[in-house]
Amino acid sequence: MTDSTPTANSAHPRIVPLYRLQWEEVQQAHVLLFPEGMIKLNASAGQILLRCDGMRSTGTIVAELEHAFSTTGLGADVEAFLRFATDKGWVEWVDR
Amino acid sequence: MSENPGAAAAVTPPLWLVAELTYTCPLHCPFCSNPLDFAAQNNELSTADWIRVLKEARALGAVQLGFSGGEPLTRKDLEVMVAEAHGLGYYTNLITSGAGLNETRIRSLKEAGLDHIQLSFQDSTREVNDFLSSTRTFDLKRRAAELIKGHGFPMVMNCVIHRLNIDHVERIIDLALDIGAQYLELANTQYYGWALLNRDHLIPSRAQLERAEAVVAARRAVLGNRLRLLFVVPDYFEGRPKRCMNGWGTTILCVSPDGTALPCQAARMLPGLEFPSVRSSSIREIWFESPAFNRFRGETWMPEPCRSCPERTTDLGGCRCQAYLLSGDLAATDPACDKSPHHGVVLAAIAAGERVAERPLTFRSPESSRRIMESSGRPDGL
Repeated sequence: MTDSTPTANSAHPRIVPLYRLQWEEVQQAHVLLFPEGMIKLNASAGQILLRCDGMRSTGTIVAELEHAFSTTGLGADVEAFLRFATDKGWVEWVDR
Repeated sequence: MSENPGAAAAVTPPLWLVAELTYTCPLHCPFCSNPLDFAAQNNELSTADWIRVLKEARALGAVQLGFSGGEPLTRKDLEVMVAEAHGLGYYTNLITSGAGLNETRIRSLKEAGLDHIQLSFQDSTREVNDFLSSTRTFDLKRRAAELIKGHGFPMVMNCVIHRLNIDHVERIIDLALDIGAQYLELANTQYYGWALLNRDHLIPSRAQLERAEAVVAARRAVLGNRLRLLFVVPDYFEGRPKRCMNGWGTTILCVSPDGTALPCQAARMLPGLEFPSVRSSSIREIWFESPAFNRFRGETWMPEPCRSCPERTTDLGGCRCQAYLLSGDLAATDPACDKSPHHGVVLAAIAAGERVAERPLTFRSPESSRRIMESSGRPDGL
């Protein structure tokens, strides 16, 4: 089920079930919650992870973000973050 | 808040709420983090009190919630509180010995929305586990682990580490793998309360510690994210203190079974501080306005050698409870620091750990709690 080439356009990232993504009003940030721990995310990490649902491909996520923020050329940054998040164990990959 | 150096530092909201629901526990571990005089505390908060605490702390920003104790499963209203906390948006952690966990309760905890269970073992062997806890709980804990996995909860296995089990670290890691834990906390004993009383029995030798560190490093390299190993070198051996609870009154709010609000579980024995109660104050008043929570915020309280030390912003002067217990002055530099004039106390404790302990272990029980209070009359047992 998991793909070893994580940022290939056909692969679909999703948040590992151990983690919970949540908006925290007091911190004005998305956070990743896990057993006895919390990671406060910056705005772009939060926006990327919000879309990591195992349904969207990396390409779809990039396109959505570029549309939402009226910009282009986000692909490299999104892929770099997804590699980082995969190494951290926050994100896993599903083939569809 | 003010930039005036005489004023309190800017106060950040509490992010963690530790709800110590009860001091009742069927286990008798000689390193228990509960206060030595726990047997004198028997006025537990009601369900309604706790729900108010949960709501108020969440409104301030608390998002991680630990249901702790004692054994929190001895509270029959645990599921009610978990459900309330889940509805409020907390990430809910149950910190348990496993005693009292059965199919009925774990099912109702799942339905209530519990996020995670931390299960303690005292060792990888039945013999040492059951000896240290003074209970036949090893097999019970194995069954509890099966229930936790069977119901799909993330699981942290916690094992307090000391000289009696530090040489079993490899097997403790194997046990964590065997029961399917995602994290293993190898929690080196911190010497407050019961653990300080039993320090000569518990403090490892430096050679033991170095062997354990090497084992952990080797296993961690292989295991990666499969089983995350948390092993923090005890501050006695580091020559530098640890940040107390990420900084006094910066992150963590503990509420003890009787409603006393504390910056850490151990702090209630500190003399001269009046810790507020959730029975008479709101969480907002407690966190932002109470003198006890403001007492060690920022740097203005610091004595030398902290005051002029470049590392003061890293360790924040270390632990106030340890400073008091080892130097008699709760505002002193933590004696774990080799710059502290009291560091000799720590060196002497390490030296004592190289010899065989001369006092018998004191197991935590209501009887020994009362006996200590009668003989010393002091909540620190000194």
